[in-house]
Amino acid sequence: MLNIHTPLFEDQDIRLGPIDHDHDPEVESRWMHDSEYMRMMELKPVRPLAPAMVKKGYESLEKEIEEDKNLFYFTIRAREDDRLLGKAVLEWIDWTNGNGYLRLGIGLSQDRGRGLGTQALGLLLRFAFAELNLFRVTMVVPEYNQATIALVRKFDFVEEVRRRQALLRDDRVWDLLVFGLLRSEWAEGAGEVER
Amino acid sequence: MEDLFKGKLVRLTGIDPEEVSKTFAQWNRDSEYMRLLNSDPPRLHSAKAIKGWLEKHIEAEPENTFWFAIRALEDDRLIGDIDLAVINWGSRDAFLGIGIGAREFWGKGYGSEAMQLILRYGFIELNLRRISLDVFEYNQRAMRLYEKAGFRLEGCMRQAMQREGQRWDIYFMGILREEWMKEYGYKSKTD
Repeated sequence: MLNIHTPLFEDQDIRLGPIDHDHDPEVESRWMHDSEYMRMMELKPVRPLAPAMVKKGYESLEKEIEEDKNLFYFTIRAREDDRLLGKAVLEWIDWTNGNGYLRLGIGLSQDRGRGLGTQALGLLLRFAFAELNLFRVTMVVPEYNQATIALVRKFDFVEEVRRRQALLRDDRVWDLLVFGLLRSEWAEGAGEVER
Repeated sequence: MEDLFKGKLVRLTGIDPEEVSKTFAQWNRDSEYMRLLNSDPPRLHSAKAIKGWLEKHIEAEPENTFWFAIRALEDDRLIGDIDLAVINWGSRDAFLGIGIGAREFWGKGYGSEAMQLILRYGFIELNLRRISLDVFEYNQRAMRLYEKAGFRLEGCMRQAMQREGQRWDIYFMGILREEWMKEYGYKSKTD
């Protein structure tokens, strides 16, 4: 049973944490030069940013969080040494209608497939439903991103929309899938069986 | 080459913030209209506030936003607005929005013709690959209009809205360039 004593920001191997303006830009800039990672994370044409520009990006992000109040941004960190592993974002929150969009990624390929994304999504869902009281959450995923599709299915997300050929990449067209999960469908602790 | 901006009932013109803001401020007082257009709670902005927003919005992203006033040809009266917002030039996909604020022009083919004009503009001037839109479950009139214009249903975000104590789905529709060419009997000159 989860309750008020259960930490919102911790799981077995990871923690959700704040941005570290001194050390994170270097790390994220390295991820951004991995085009495979970028094409999983971004729908628009990808381009890498130098650490200095990543740092500037964090500053405008934090300004946006302060002004718009409809965005939550977490870094995903290793429990053992607080190393930056990825990011988990809840954005475009529509407070009136109780909907928000999720986005998450694990930066290094050797850190993927270890269940870290599962732990991060579990935390993000608990935050969305048990803390923000959202009615539903949404995730937009290109059809080639099989790892994320498998991940969201594990949490019982439903494929709701298939925007045909909405993405042109690698000289071919891809459908853009929209997955949704309602609070009533959210199973607390889902994904734990696998660990 | 065809006249892109003129049909038999309506023409598409540039937005004059001064004129449009006054008209929008009146249309916005029609709560049903506002609830068909937007999932945000309606606000009754002043004409002055709307004008400021329009000027900022039109100038902010001219390369991504293609926005027109819809005018009735008979007397050049402003009856609504229509826009294409290109969300991704890399994939050449845009979202379409339309509103006919003057109720006496509902159900008479004006909106339908404005849709035809903007689709043609999107596909043969902007060279888009697809055009997308979303529509609320309770806006059946608009859904019929979009189907008639050639849009296909691509799914729905379940219970994504709440109004009058009820949850409502948001439908997503899309039309591909090839579908538009077939639907409107358009032959490409480059194929």
